[in-house]
Amino acid sequence: MKSKSNGKDFCIFALPGLFCFVAVVIIPFVYGVYLTLTDWDGVSSVKNFVGLANFVGVGKDSQFWMSLLLTFKYVVFVVVIVNVLAFAIAYLLTRGMKGQNFFRAGFFTPNLIGGIVLGYIWQFVFSRVFVNIGESTGWSLFEVSWLSDPTKAFAALVLVSVWQLSGYMILIYVAGFMGLNEDVMEAASIDGASGWRKMRSIVLPLMMSSVTICLFLTLSRAFMVYDVNLSLTAGAPYGTTEMAAMHVYEKAFTSRQFGLGQAEALILFVIVACISGLQVYLTKKKEVQA
Amino acid sequence: MKQTSVGGNKKKLANILSMVVLIIIFIAYMFPFLMVVINSLKQKRDIIKSPFSWLFTIKGLSFDNFVKAFTQMDFLNAFKNSLIVTVSATVLVTLFAAMLAYYVVRHKNWVSKIVFALMVASMIIPFQAIMIPLVNIYGGMLNILNHRLTLIFMHTGFSMAMSVFMFHGFINGNIPIALEEAAYIDGCTHFQTFFKIVFPLLKPIISTMVILNAMAFWNDFLLPSLVLTDKELLTLPLSTYSFYGTYSADYGTIMAGLLLCVVPILILYVVLQKQIINGVVAGAVK
Repeated sequence: MKSKSNGKDFCIFALPGLFCFVAVVIIPFVYGVYLTLTDWDGVSSVKNFVGLANFVGVGKDSQFWMSLLLTFKYVVFVVVIVNVLAFAIAYLLTRGMKGQNFFRAGFFTPNLIGGIVLGYIWQFVFSRVFVNIGESTGWSLFEVSWLSDPTKAFAALVLVSVWQLSGYMILIYVAGFMGLNEDVMEAASIDGASGWRKMRSIVLPLMMSSVTICLFLTLSRAFMVYDVNLSLTAGAPYGTTEMAAMHVYEKAFTSRQFGLGQAEALILFVIVACISGLQVYLTKKKEVQA
Repeated sequence: MKQTSVGGNKKKLANILSMVVLIIIFIAYMFPFLMVVINSLKQKRDIIKSPFSWLFTIKGLSFDNFVKAFTQMDFLNAFKNSLIVTVSATVLVTLFAAMLAYYVVRHKNWVSKIVFALMVASMIIPFQAIMIPLVNIYGGMLNILNHRLTLIFMHTGFSMAMSVFMFHGFINGNIPIALEEAAYIDGCTHFQTFFKIVFPLLKPIISTMVILNAMAFWNDFLLPSLVLTDKELLTLPLSTYSFYGTYSADYGTIMAGLLLCVVPILILYVVLQKQIINGVVAGAVK
């Protein structure tokens, strides 16, 4: 293109999209950093500059650290279970099985539905269906609703998240398995590699690019869990299942401590960014070409 | 990977075994949906007595729950709201992102470099890190919350970076500049060249992005919940939320309401299954 009409081109092509992006992402982000330095309550017209007091406040907010710790625990469980399960199912699905597409599509279904609706569906399952199983079989595991006990409510949250996320990861792992080079697999068989040996020394290294993607997606989604948390447990019983994202929301919009809430949101963001960055760096290093 | 040569029987057994395992897992996956369907047709006392009993074993099977949920949720209105927001935002973001990406690819100047770098970097910012100042700016300062347009605008802005990134990759790799040069020689303006030559060629990536964005907009809860409070404007996830809050003990109605929310997407999924799955895979393996 000629550089003469550069300005006009910029206005026609780049400006509309850029405007939306800057107005919704960049300005609020920058303003958010400023907000952490104030004591704004969301209502009053004065914002006092308080320096780093909010970050000191975050240090004192033991609830936040509790929720962060819980989120870490949750992320570890979800990321590990989702990826192992999805990898295994994708492996089974790509062994030349009939109805592969049907299964794949079925497993993906929960991803089409919003977290709020999913949470409510499971709330019914946990509080009525499982309890009913417990009553009629005397199985003590199900006798009381899982959602009324802190440990079991946490397990319920993990279970629902695994159920929700694994379908997505199955798609990616299936695509990875389908992309595996047949020749390499055959060569390994001819060389006498057993099933397990093939899996460890050939399949897994070649699948690392899929693993990188899946780990990244599950990590970032699990850290930011909100919808399912809200509709399944809403932090109950007694705030014992309140994840970090939900805590931030409560801090800002319920207790009206905007500066403190934003400081916590930023800390959460930095933590997630560092962990995901580290994960991508580590797993990318293990990727190989066939 | 078909291997029937050595140990054919063993292989067969393993295949049957893995099929059985798969089917069991699959049934477990579908179990919650099954419960919703069965119980949406029952009355409350039957649900409490036995959420498992099949439809034909109980009396009082009825569609009352659906009628009640339909009216109480103001389903049609919420559906309409969701549809307007999703369609408008999807169209806007597709158009704007394609144009912006095109500009960035074809103009290698410092402006486009900075814009692109900024967008890629911003992709790691989670929504929760922006939502508080967002409400602050658009609610407190500009006072334009509670409008459908505001929500559409925000959806567009939030998915811009990711969409530009995807379009950028596609244009870079698949659109030969020679085509455009030919169009210029034939006297096309930049605007015409883009819409008549380039845009139609973007079809594969457009369908991927439309599916990804539309699904995200349709199901989003957090952003709409911050923007919209007016009952008339609520989208489907929001109206489900408030409906559940009011009727949480009325299981049959709730199940019917949840089913109503799910059915439109499932119908679309059955029709567009292949495109949706391919879109999601293409979107993830960028």
